[in-house]
Amino acid sequence: MNVLKLFSFIAAITLFISCKKENTIIPNDTDGLISAKSISNATHNIIFYTQNGKFQQGYNKIFFQIKNLDGSLVTNATANWKPLMHMTSMQHACPYSSVSKSANSNSLYEGFIVFQMAGNSTEYWDLTIEYTIDNTTYTATERIDVEAVTKKNVLSFKGSDNVSYVLAMVAPSNPKVATNDMEAMLFKKETMMSYPVVNNYTIKIDPRMTSMGNHGSPNNVDLKQTSLNGSYFGKLSLTMTGYWKINLQLENESGTILKGEPVTATQESSSIFFEIEF
Amino acid sequence: MNKLSVVISLLILLFHQSNAQQQASYFTDSTHQLAEVVVAVQQKATNKKIKVLSSLDNYLENNNAINMVKRGAYAWEALINGMASERSVITIDGMRIYSACTDKMDPVTSYVEITNLSKAVIHSGQAGGANGSTIGGGIDLIRTKIDTNKLGVNASIFTGFESTNQQKIIGTSMQYAEKKFYTLLDFTYRNAQNYKAGNNIEIPFSQFTKYNLSATAGWKINHQKQIIASVIYDDARNVGYPALPMDVAFAKAFIGSVQYEYHNSKSTLYHWETKLYFNSVTHLMDDTKRPNVPVHMDMPGWANTAGFYSKLEGKMNNHNFLINLNAHYNTSLAEMTMYSKNSNEKDMFMLTWPGVHTLFGKLFVEDKIDLNKNWSANISAGLSINNNTIKNELGLTSLQIFYPNLLASKTRLLKNIAGKINYRKNQWQQSFGVGFGERAPSISEGYGFYLFNSFDKYDYIGNPTMKNEKSLEINSSTSYNTKKVSIHFQVDYFRIFNYIIGMPNNNFIPMTIGANGVKVYQQLPYVNIFNLSFSSTYRITNSLQIAGKMVYRKGNYQSLNLPQIQPISYGSTIRYQHKNFIAECAVEGALKHTNFSPTFGETGTDDYTILNLSASKQIKIFNQTVQIKTGFENLFDRYYSTFADWNKIPRNGRNFFINVVYNF
Repeated sequence: MNVLKLFSFIAAITLFISCKKENTIIPNDTDGLISAKSISNATHNIIFYTQNGKFQQGYNKIFFQIKNLDGSLVTNATANWKPLMHMTSMQHACPYSSVSKSANSNSLYEGFIVFQMAGNSTEYWDLTIEYTIDNTTYTATERIDVEAVTKKNVLSFKGSDNVSYVLAMVAPSNPKVATNDMEAMLFKKETMMSYPVVNNYTIKIDPRMTSMGNHGSPNNVDLKQTSLNGSYFGKLSLTMTGYWKINLQLENESGTILKGEPVTATQESSSIFFEIEF
Repeated sequence: MNKLSVVISLLILLFHQSNAQQQASYFTDSTHQLAEVVVAVQQKATNKKIKVLSSLDNYLENNNAINMVKRGAYAWEALINGMASERSVITIDGMRIYSACTDKMDPVTSYVEITNLSKAVIHSGQAGGANGSTIGGGIDLIRTKIDTNKLGVNASIFTGFESTNQQKIIGTSMQYAEKKFYTLLDFTYRNAQNYKAGNNIEIPFSQFTKYNLSATAGWKINHQKQIIASVIYDDARNVGYPALPMDVAFAKAFIGSVQYEYHNSKSTLYHWETKLYFNSVTHLMDDTKRPNVPVHMDMPGWANTAGFYSKLEGKMNNHNFLINLNAHYNTSLAEMTMYSKNSNEKDMFMLTWPGVHTLFGKLFVEDKIDLNKNWSANISAGLSINNNTIKNELGLTSLQIFYPNLLASKTRLLKNIAGKINYRKNQWQQSFGVGFGERAPSISEGYGFYLFNSFDKYDYIGNPTMKNEKSLEINSSTSYNTKKVSIHFQVDYFRIFNYIIGMPNNNFIPMTIGANGVKVYQQLPYVNIFNLSFSSTYRITNSLQIAGKMVYRKGNYQSLNLPQIQPISYGSTIRYQHKNFIAECAVEGALKHTNFSPTFGETGTDDYTILNLSASKQIKIFNQTVQIKTGFENLFDRYYSTFADWNKIPRNGRNFFINVVYNF
């Protein structure tokens, strides 16, 4: 047994193991995600993913990959998107984020879109994606199905300051009998196409169980921002499973309530609320 | 005023004979000096008690230290020294059993039928700490042991009827003994409709059906050693709880044990007994039969307990000692599912007991020292470890809503020590004792989640951060016994520190529809509980005797009265006995409950007096005996409730009963 033979044997094994390792990284990118839509143009297929394989009313965290026609993944694109609602009388956009590359991933891009309404056969959403690869810019547009949800998770309303707001619940997406971390995003409608984040407000919460005498829960924490242009965070206590109405009040930075009412013996519900059922 | 004169006149009256025998045996039972032994009725020919098939609840209630909280027709909660069941340890043959009902519908006492009970050993205060940690005391229900002197088959069948609730009782007791092997089987069936309170008022949802099976088998290895296996299976169905908003669809208990016993009266260590046991209790509360319920709900609960004890008794010079090492492991889980009227909505579900596992271990020692002819002393001490762990993830996160930093596991060290000095001379006996003890919060007190208390109409939240409850007690008794007269006078004083009680918290919104608010278990710095009891018997002639008793309690924290504290209560019996015939006339009653606790929803109860009449006759037919026992309770059909009746549900109206026991 000579040393060279042994060496090449070890090298072969090492190479084999490392190859195998490399191969296993890429498929992990979309683990836990389900493809929701694929949009194509002459050069690429863009495959969109969400947690549940759907676009839904409310806050959607959306991922996508760009594939060359041969199936290989594009890893060096920059991209942005533009959702647009085609109503019978007008068109408007919705709150959405910019697109960024997912952390720890070569090929996955991500962002969020808040669809404040669902589509139907006559009024529908389309999604335009614009991306640049090696200084060449491409676009693709296609109609997408945005499904309605049965429990309110996004609200559009006009405050007493005459500003139209969009408020979307981000978390808990998987509520538990516990003190849940609650996250929401607040936008104002500047134009039909522009929905910037509203900063420094407070979103007051009061969860109630309407089927059990409208009782509440203890130790909830109203939602506040932790960073500029970021989400609002708070704590939501759910003492049992079932249907909960999260009554809301929107308070601006000077402490004025712009929308919503406190729940009292005579006021059973606020005019703005989210719903959770689990 | 005339009530008071009744009481005063009763003070000179005397209590019935069985009680006199108790007092007589009070100082003669060498190992259980601190115990008061209530000898239960047996379906034996020698039995002096008239209503042999009464419920165990009625039976225990006759003891001066005990009150029974009534929530329905049966399965009452025993209070010892004016303290709720969290503060006492109730065992069956030394076995710890945890109830599975968050509303106390299934006390341990409900698993033993009077027909298979030989005695209830009642310990007041720290003397009851052998099998667990206690404040108020302990009851050990000792089941019938077989009479191994009677070889072959011995059996009895019994039946009974009570008019107030059309209760039908039927059962049998069979024993079979050989030289080396013996077995005993007891079965009782009870079926009752709604009972009627005084003035012929029917109490809806007070029906019940219950089966109880108790079996024991023993194998004698030799005349010193034996092995005993035993099971109880108790199955109650369709049990109404008129004082509560819910009933019980079923409650099932399996209680099993294997025991090894060594006995040698000549040896220093004359008795050694080791038992392994397991019990499983399943309980389903529901409200499907109740009309106009805002939200229907099911509340099942499960309690499984496994444990052992090893008890060694010995005698050395003037010492008579007991060492008891015991441990048990319990899991308690209770759920609540509420069904929304909107059928599209998902069911509402929560854990009311969050899957709490309790590991408890204790070493208890007791020594009785005969100092001289007149003086003796008792000393007892115990050390226990109590660990509670929330094993259910949902349960833990639920409670963390209230206690964000709550850890799943909590361990407590519990100590108890007590001493008593006794003096006896001629007919007089005198004792004086002091004690200190600690207990851990119960599952409901520590971990309960929105448990609705229908008495004060608050939702209760447990508090796992509470300290141990501690008690200092002083007790004293005086007895005088002659052949004609026996008098017993007893005083107990408890000062309980870190007293656990629910207090309103206005920050929280109640869950139960119609509730007044939320109470969270808190600790009062201290409370005082004072008990005074008096009983006496006077034998007028050989066949005629008269007995009387009186009990008074007071419980308070400063100006705050504690709930469920007995007002002055009294009883008196005249008994005539000639050969196999007994007739008895009894009066019992209480004064108006004035020191009630409005904070805990009490509104006080009126005074009452009721009259009972009964008679018993035993007939011998060849070698067999038939006992016929009959009578009226609450003869004048008085509508009344006692301080301990949950939501003031009234007690039975006029009740005619008949019990027949046939021994063969």
